[in-house]
Amino acid sequence: MIQLTAHELRRLQETGQANAESIARAFLDAVRRHDGQVKAFLHLDEDEVLRQAKAIDAKRAAKQPLGPLAGIPVAIKDVLCVQGQPATCGSKILQNFRPPYDATVVAKLREADAVLFGSTNMDEFAMGSSTENSAYQTTRNPWNLDCVPGGSSGGSAAAVAACEVPLSLGTDTGGSVRQPASLCGIVGMKPTYGRVSRYGLIAYGSSLDQVGPFARDVGDVALLLESIAGHDPRDSTSGPRPSVAYSQTVDQPLKPLTIGVAKEYFAEGLDPEVEKAVRTAIDVYKSLGATIKDVTLPHSRFAVATYYLVATAEASSNLARYDGVHFGHRAADYRGLRDMHCKSRGEGFGTEVKRRIMLGAYALSSGYVDAYYLKALKVRRLIKNDFDQAFADCDVILGPTSPTPAFRVGEKSADPLAMYLSDIYTISANLAGIPGISVPCGFSSSGLPLGLQLLAAPYEEEKLLRVARMYEQATEWRRRRPPLVAKDA
Amino acid sequence: MHVVIGLEVHVQLLTRTKLFCGCSTEFGLPPNTATCPVCCGLPGTLPVMNEHAFQLAMKAALALHCSIARYTKWDRKNYFYPDLPKNYQISQYDLPFSNEGWLDIETSAGPKKVGILRAHLEEDAGKMLHDEAGAGGDSLVDLNRTGTPLLEIVSHPEMETAEQARAYLEKIRELLRGIEVSDCEMQEGSLRCDANVNVHVPQVDGTFVATPIVEIKNLNSIRNVERAIAHEIDRQLNELKENVGKEWRIDESKTSVFGDRKVRRLEFKNKDGAWVPVSKTTAGFDDRFGRTEIQRRKEEASDYRYFPDPDLVPAIVSEEQIARVKGKLGELPEHQLARLRSQYGLSEYDADILVRNGRPFVGFFEAATEVCGDAKEAANWATNDVLSLLKARNETVVEFPITGHKLGEFLAEIKKRKLNKQRAREVFAEMLESGSHAVAAIGKLGIQSVADEGQLLEMVQRAIASNAKAVADFKKGKVKAADAIKGFVMRETKGQADTEVLQRLVLEELAKAP
Repeated sequence: MIQLTAHELRRLQETGQANAESIARAFLDAVRRHDGQVKAFLHLDEDEVLRQAKAIDAKRAAKQPLGPLAGIPVAIKDVLCVQGQPATCGSKILQNFRPPYDATVVAKLREADAVLFGSTNMDEFAMGSSTENSAYQTTRNPWNLDCVPGGSSGGSAAAVAACEVPLSLGTDTGGSVRQPASLCGIVGMKPTYGRVSRYGLIAYGSSLDQVGPFARDVGDVALLLESIAGHDPRDSTSGPRPSVAYSQTVDQPLKPLTIGVAKEYFAEGLDPEVEKAVRTAIDVYKSLGATIKDVTLPHSRFAVATYYLVATAEASSNLARYDGVHFGHRAADYRGLRDMHCKSRGEGFGTEVKRRIMLGAYALSSGYVDAYYLKALKVRRLIKNDFDQAFADCDVILGPTSPTPAFRVGEKSADPLAMYLSDIYTISANLAGIPGISVPCGFSSSGLPLGLQLLAAPYEEEKLLRVARMYEQATEWRRRRPPLVAKDA
Repeated sequence: MHVVIGLEVHVQLLTRTKLFCGCSTEFGLPPNTATCPVCCGLPGTLPVMNEHAFQLAMKAALALHCSIARYTKWDRKNYFYPDLPKNYQISQYDLPFSNEGWLDIETSAGPKKVGILRAHLEEDAGKMLHDEAGAGGDSLVDLNRTGTPLLEIVSHPEMETAEQARAYLEKIRELLRGIEVSDCEMQEGSLRCDANVNVHVPQVDGTFVATPIVEIKNLNSIRNVERAIAHEIDRQLNELKENVGKEWRIDESKTSVFGDRKVRRLEFKNKDGAWVPVSKTTAGFDDRFGRTEIQRRKEEASDYRYFPDPDLVPAIVSEEQIARVKGKLGELPEHQLARLRSQYGLSEYDADILVRNGRPFVGFFEAATEVCGDAKEAANWATNDVLSLLKARNETVVEFPITGHKLGEFLAEIKKRKLNKQRAREVFAEMLESGSHAVAAIGKLGIQSVADEGQLLEMVQRAIASNAKAVADFKKGKVKAADAIKGFVMRETKGQADTEVLQRLVLEELAKAP
């Protein structure tokens, strides 16, 4: 049962072959079997999961109307607020924080009758590409337990890949949904900035952060996205458009289809196996009738530098509130307010978070703000203009999600710059605010999954999902399971 | 010598809810009860702009003759302080919503136009409650005020006396109350003022030496603004005398231009032995001793790392929006004052008190006048009895049980019945107590003034006929003897005879008596 999609689990309940409780128990079992090794979950309250599942079953028994995710377990990245449940952001500084309110996406999942299935591990404050920056545990890649699952939403990706849950939510600030989806062999999507409410998403880079769905196929991603999208009056940066029934159209192939291929996405540092898999995917699209067109994104080479100024500047301000006064860890011994601030933050934040706060504070400081932060905003505009021009000639832009397959735990932790480069192909979409999706497109010789990234113009999620689904339907990659799950079955 | 004064005025806007969330802005609620996840800055929360606050701010800026920006944005001002739970304040930095206006003030030296540099919107911080005993106990934070909409109005440094600063503040208060943008209560903190003060002292070569600017923070009354500035001017002159040639020297290398003056700065030797400008500093004001107290001079200015708040969208203001707010602006206080004087023939004094107490109060007066037709009497009652009652009851005129219309009815009634002031006040008190109309209150008090001349005449004649002694005494010149006649009639009427009519009748009839 745990290998089924959300769509299939829904059908089982409708036909009476399973109910929400039996589904929840199956996934709780899977967690019990595998999560000791995978370490995807930070917090999972079994009683609370079963309580929700039973409530859905009672609703069904009473013939009350049920939402589109009725009885489907959904795991949540530990950066999203669930009323009364911990939200640590993978940080010691928020170890004891229990938000008194639900994030808008969480409220929407409840409305859709989903079963909230615990919170997942992440890089501290979503800063990282491997989930090694968690203050609590290192999540492992279910395909190879010596490898990282990617990050920062590594827990959510690994949980879905290991069939510990059918669906999960992550957040994507520079690739934190798409990159771990790619490394874990599942589908992950970053919607348009403003498509999904950020209310209750604990901010890292506010102008880049976006909540995104993980699933094992594109159809399920469409289903989860339609449940969480739409305007939110609590988030002024959310777009005015209501949600769209993506799952109703996702099976319709897009014809005619023009796919843009940018040479900048096949740059130095791209693993040959990744390149080969992506080029093969282009051939698949050709065979499906797509026109392939060269496009150019000349400013994409500045994307990583721009990102590490914009995101860190915003983070330096967003994370100022964790000072031991109102929120977060407070040092035990201090002399006066300033000492309390310094010690509490010094003890509560990890190395990468401190590094980014310092970078961001520097980029905003008087005398440097023009050369760094304001310059970065200008380059960001140019990157957006590149995409606007490119999408005048094509429906989607295709390339690799990550330059390499999953790397080994510890391999890049001593070299932040190498780690930053693993987001080189995903970062531009956040700077431009456009939607992107990662779809499995093959395996490396060592058996690690590879991912294909598709990008579209703002609010073209429907198109993006249909194009991704065409490829998925023409290939069989989504049916493969990591060894530990296959062995299970 | 020239004194240079610039004022930064913060006023809380009269919105029901805060600038970025739905919490109440009511003053005086129990600590930390008017709070929510947003104004507490809880992780994950986002601000959403209060449209009404923006409209009120625009209204104020237009009344100050400022130009309204078509594009304005929100910025974060980053600094660590416990009254600010996010450790940044949402404010406006380089693109405020309004710029360059002016305010006309009156002083003993005549009228003056004071330029306004800008007005911008920002969120208020919370309140810190420190251990008053000074015993080093924990400080407490009350976040009720956090997120209250604040309008910051920054003047040009164009005031030259403490009196002008006072007049400026009084004028701002009158204006903003008049257009119902703020209640401007300094005691409640809905109007706060920081004063930037320095002095330009003439030199033999025709240039001026500028003392370092001191920003006097958190002045809590208009009187204290005046006192603090006066003290600060003396303090700076003394400081200058004591320090020049010792700690300080005049920078002879260059001058800057201030109006028609050439101004030189002061320098001091920093710890590396280099001469650097003496920086601007802040001061507090000690109310008890009337003294400004300088806080430590910092070598570096604080760096607030301003940047655009990514959680809010820029506000685009259309011509139509500006026109709509202008339409709602109504009559400005200065125009209202002139109209009250010409239309109702009020004294400047009365008109001024009415205008100062805001538009609803003027409306109250005008409603009363319309009903009773006696503007002078309506103004008297409004500015004396009503104002002191409002103060005692801690109410606004809108909450006051007696409306302008009811006051008008009351005034018409006491005039008709010729009730004396004493009686009138009893009626007014009854109206206030029961919420009833004047006629009902008079009825309830059993006041039926007997003013019917025929009836009274008959009683007077009866009294005279039956009181020969009084008549005789009166004839002998004992004027007091008339009291006996009046007393008789008052007893007959149970004290409700119209005293004026009675007095006249008694004298007439006594004169006629044989």
